[in-house]
Parts: sequence; structure tokens; C-alpha cells
Amino acid sequence: MLDDFMVRATLAGIGVACAAAPLGCFVVWRRMAYFGDATAHAAMLGVALSLAMQMSIFVGTVMVALAMAVTVNLLTRRGYAMDTVLGVLAHSALAFGLVGVSFLSGIRIDLMAYLFGDILAVSRGDLLVIWGGAALVVTLIASRWSALLTATLNEELAYASGLDPRREQLILTLSMAVTVAVAIKVVGVLLIAAMLIIPAAAARSLARTPEAMAMIAAAIGGVSAVAGLRAAYVLDAPAGPSIVCVAAVLFAALGLVNWRSRRGT
Amino acid sequence: MSLITIENLSVRYGANTVLHHVDLTVEPGEIVTIVGPNGSGKTSLLRAIIGATEPAAGRIRLNPGIRIGYVPQRLHVDPTLPITVERFMCLADRVRRHDCVAALDAAGVPNLLKRQMSQLSSGQFQRVLLARALINRPEILLLDEATQGLDQPGSAAFYRQIETVRAETGCAVLMISHELHVVMSASDRVVCLNGHVCCEGTPAVVASAPEYRALFGTGTGGALALYRHDHDHDHGHDRMHVHEAAE
Repeated sequence: MLDDFMVRATLAGIGVACAAAPLGCFVVWRRMAYFGDATAHAAMLGVALSLAMQMSIFVGTVMVALAMAVTVNLLTRRGYAMDTVLGVLAHSALAFGLVGVSFLSGIRIDLMAYLFGDILAVSRGDLLVIWGGAALVVTLIASRWSALLTATLNEELAYASGLDPRREQLILTLSMAVTVAVAIKVVGVLLIAAMLIIPAAAARSLARTPEAMAMIAAAIGGVSAVAGLRAAYVLDAPAGPSIVCVAAVLFAALGLVNWRSRRGT
Repeated sequence: MSLITIENLSVRYGANTVLHHVDLTVEPGEIVTIVGPNGSGKTSLLRAIIGATEPAAGRIRLNPGIRIGYVPQRLHVDPTLPITVERFMCLADRVRRHDCVAALDAAGVPNLLKRQMSQLSSGQFQRVLLARALINRPEILLLDEATQGLDQPGSAAFYRQIETVRAETGCAVLMISHELHVVMSASDRVVCLNGHVCCEGTPAVVASAPEYRALFGTGTGGALALYRHDHDHDHGHDRMHVHEAAE
């Protein structure tokens, strides 16, 4: 069954959707959308470093994403505005990554594969990394779910409950780094933030509890992956962007239904 | 044995010392109110007690295993976060539905379990926060200006509810308030804070203390005096306090 590239691509897409859904909810609730985007862009530098040092792309991107998160924390504590820091770091990392990749002679590199993903070329090994990473993220977030929610709602409330909000922030940062690293192959660095935010945002109007929102977001992400791949196959369109397009259409459709039903009552 | 013992506490943010040499104890079952102008370190004191701020000097001893119920100043539920009252109440570990219902009753807002947090009025919202603080049967309730955003009858009713809770459960209460005229009568002890403890005692003693009058004026409308308060003052200590009232 795994011999079919479409099956492997579908499984890869669903794996990324599962990891991105609960994390994406926290990104939306905590207004970290730009942070997700910045981490994804910085991953390009990770790709360049990995290729230069001939190590696994997964390890390289996780390391760069974590370094980026730590630097952002340090600089914002020194009084720089968050969006300025993210804007500077994300785009410099992307630019350095692109320049760095261009210097790597000897290897022919398909830059587009990293910018927009290459889901149809997912190997069995990639599938293992994607599902392993997704399982890690889902386990991490599920095991700290209540603590993460409390810290998201109110910092003092978390402290009074014996939690350390900084540790919960670290868990989200770590999850973000892993999710970005596994999603590069599927949607590419430019569209990872879309997989985090769009399914979660689309799920908002259907959910009454945080848990339901995460589940519905996973379902929307999964449907987008399956339908996007199918559309890409039929229309001969690029697969990664097609997945994001389907998610965006679902977002718009659910928003419209919600808007109409509100006007109706 | 005291529930909370604070000795010689100092809190600093960078070069700015917001609290210095604060001593304070809270005994089981008593209602202690902290009053003071904006920037007097009231919130920093509560943050230090719950462990959100590291003391620069001094120590805070909590009774071992003490159960604390904390009601924050305000809690912003982002519109993108769907959450029912029931789910919010059950965020802490090992909470049973039965306890949620009882806590909402005790806070004076029964029948809200299925409502979305974002649809509550500000009065209901603060009472749900109170209910959440009550759910683990705390020995002490900490309230950080819990009636912000409520109108005067609303906050008066809220403080009556606190008295009722204390009467029913016997928990101690340590609260910060701007609304002196409302909370003074409900308190066993009032601590007047302005970077340090200016004066403390029963409401009657504090209200007539020269230090308190220097801070809040002599009129009985304490709240009004508070907002007019924008002068430096000196009350016999060798240091001057510089602070500004909120605009």
C-alpha cells in the first residue's frame, strides 16, 4: 500500500494536519500567528545548514527554529517590540538561508521543494519522521493541555495554580519547532503557517470547547490534505499550495455559513 | 499558626524598587484588605505571594500544603477561544462536576455551567472567577481588585458575597481594593501600603491614622479622595515617597 506515492502523500498530509491542529489552536488563542510564520521562514536557514553540514534536514530545522525562539525571547526582554524582532529575524534567516543554499555547489538543489514542499516525493523514511514528529507534538500538548490552557488564559492564574507559564511557553515553542520541521516536506516553509492557522480559525465557529476546536481543526486539516491532493492530481496543480487552497475555501465556507445563521436568528 | 508570613520583603523591577521592608501576616479566617494608591506595590505583593515575582530580599512563608484560591484582576478570554463555564471551572486537576455546581452556587451564580465565558456579563464573569477560586476549598482567597469593571452596586454585592463565603467556609481573605468605602466595613484588618506598610489595624484605627489621611485625605468619601491623590507626602519617616495617581 505504501508503494503508491499518492498514499504516502496522503498519510504525510494527515500527519501534519494532526500535529498542526492543536498547536494551531494555541497559535490562534495566544495571537502567535506571526511567531509561527517567523519560525517557518527561519527554517530555510536550517535547511541550508543541514545541506552544508550533511546532516538530517529535520535536525537542522529544529535546531534553527529553537535558536530563533530563544533569540526572540532575549531580544523582546531587552525592550524590542515583538513584531519588529520577528520581522528582522524571520526574513534575515530566510535570506541567509537562500543565499547559503546558492553557495552549496556540487549538489543540485530544488529550492522550490523547500519553499513550497514536495509532498509527492515523500519517502517511507520521511513518513516515519513526519508521523514520529506529529506523535511527539500531539503527546506533548495533550499531556500539558490543562496547564497550557490555564497559562493562555491568565499568567497569574497559572502561577497561583502552581504552574510556571514560562515552561508552558517553552513547550509550545518546542512543538512549533518540531511541527515546522516535519511540515517542510509537505507544504514548504512559506505555507506552514497556513496549515497552523487556517484549520484552527475555520474550526472556531463550530466549537464550544477548546478540545472540540482542536479536534475539528484536525478534521478540517485532514480533509484539506486529502481533497487538496486529489485536486492537485486532477488539475495537475502543485500539491502543497492546493492543500492550503482547500483549507482556505473551507474557512470561507464555514465563515459564510456562520455569518448567515447569525443573521438568521 | 499564620497562613502567610511575610518578613522584610523587597521587590524590584530592574532598578525600580516597588516594595521595601514589608512585613505582613494573615491569620486563618480573617479578612485583610490592602489599600494604597496606584503604583504602591499592591499587585506586586500579591504576585510575590503566588510566586509570579521573585523577592529581591526577605521571605514569604506559606503554611505548608496551603490551598490558595486566586481571583485575578481581570481575565481576558480571547474571542477566538471557545470555552464554557463548566470547562473553565474544570481546568484545575481532579475537579468533579458536583464541586463545580457547588462552587457556582457559593459564588451566587448557579445555572451558568453551559454558557460561553465570552457571553457573560462582567458581574457574572467575576463571580465565575470567584467560583473557580473556591472550587478546591481554599484556606485563603487572594483577590486582586476583583471588582474592576463592576458598577458600584455590583461591587458592593460582590464584597457581600465574599463576606458570605468567609462566614460559610471560614477561609481567610487577602484582597486589594480601590473602593475603600465599600471594603473598609467588610474587613477585619486594613493594611495601608505605599511601597512599604504605612499603617495597619482595624478599619476604624486605619481610617483615623495620620498616615492614611496623608494618603487618602480626611473626607469620609475615601474613594473620591483616592482619585484626587497626587501629592507627595511625608509622614514622619525619614524618606519621601513619590507616586502618582492614575489618570
